Amino acid sequence: MLEFRDKTTTKALIKEIRKISPQNNIKVMHVCGTHEMTIARWGLRELLPKNIELISGPGCPVCVTSASEIDFAIKLAREKDVILTTFGDMLSVPGTDSSLSEAKSQGADARIVYGIDEATKIAAETERQVVHFSVGFETTAPSIASEILESKMLKNFSIICSHRLIPPAMDYLLSSEDIEIDGFICPGHVSTIIGYEPYGVLAEKFAKPMVVGGFEPNDILLSILMILKQIKAESPRAQNEYTRAAKKEGNVLAKKMMNDVFEICDKGWRGIGIIPNSGLRLKDEFTEHDGEKKFKVEIGKSRDLRPGCKCGEIMKGKAIPQDCPYFRKACTPENPIGACIVSSEGPCYIAYSYS
Amino acid sequence: MCLAIPAEVKKIKGEYALVDFGGLKRDVKIVLTPEVKVGDYVLVHAGFSIQEMDIEEAKESLELWEQILSAT
Repeated sequence: MLEFRDKTTTKALIKEIRKISPQNNIKVMHVCGTHEMTIARWGLRELLPKNIELISGPGCPVCVTSASEIDFAIKLAREKDVILTTFGDMLSVPGTDSSLSEAKSQGADARIVYGIDEATKIAAETERQVVHFSVGFETTAPSIASEILESKMLKNFSIICSHRLIPPAMDYLLSSEDIEIDGFICPGHVSTIIGYEPYGVLAEKFAKPMVVGGFEPNDILLSILMILKQIKAESPRAQNEYTRAAKKEGNVLAKKMMNDVFEICDKGWRGIGIIPNSGLRLKDEFTEHDGEKKFKVEIGKSRDLRPGCKCGEIMKGKAIPQDCPYFRKACTPENPIGACIVSSEGPCYIAYSYS
Repeated sequence: MCLAIPAEVKKIKGEYALVDFGGLKRDVKIVLTPEVKVGDYVLVHAGFSIQEMDIEEAKESLELWEQILSAT
């Protein structure tokens, strides 16, 4: 992968970008925490012409999981005799009043797993109920689907289904009158699953360039160059820069498993609001694996954002972490007030680490 | 969360494969990419191989960049 970081190529790409760059301001949004990590780590914003702005969108599943879902998981882990498993970052994300790690420190059995297969292994070896708090975009959902299909016989295994879909969120942002976006770098790893045809639909609907990008610095720069070329040629469409991993049709088997297990629903995104058709829920035939239906847990009124917290605006690409009054002061990765500073893919965490 | 890391398949063990992340080795589930063979490169996310990497395509990308380079 080192070739994809080759400095000579970087310089040539920057030169090409400068050559083709129009006079007016261009806003390019990405919707992937790993893209933001590459951009920040390699200082790509500073290399671009001043009128090319790279905006970070809602590309961090941990950041957009609603406080109500976290509140449910916390109360479930506190009140019922369950083993609650989840991916690492979810433990520290603040819900309305506390986090799963606080519940864990007070005795709740909350455990971090690397993949859902570790959760089903725990379930296979215990009589206790195991509930996996399952978050993630299309990159993650197929592994969950395959494990649900395999675990039909595991009566003590269920999930809190908090999966979200990226193209409906892009559609929502492009439809918002107060958010300006001239083109998207589409998320490479989501695209290894869904392919890049869904972006063709968006490119046509909104007449905006959509380029699937890889995760090395030269991938990002080439994606920007491809977007600028589309703008110049007035020919917005879906293109693929990440050809070594993302295929036009994506991963057909993975998509089938997702379709077999999940159905699409409206979903609330933390700090943004409800986005139509942007969530996944288990189909009726898998109800016994639906943790929210299996366990009756009443939660109070939840709150996604503390007053003054800019996470919602940051997720929509309307603010940057430095605009938030809490950033680096009251809100740090060790003591998070908002969700965006918890995950290594959260924009505030990345800004905290690299600026 | 959407981080996926390339790894080389070293050994197939039913639903799992032993993969090598450039030194670090671990078992990952290959049910989403059942056709992978020893020597293939896969993208691994949350303990699952989610897609095969296309080495030929990677080489072609580099050649494409060479062209950009030589044109400037």
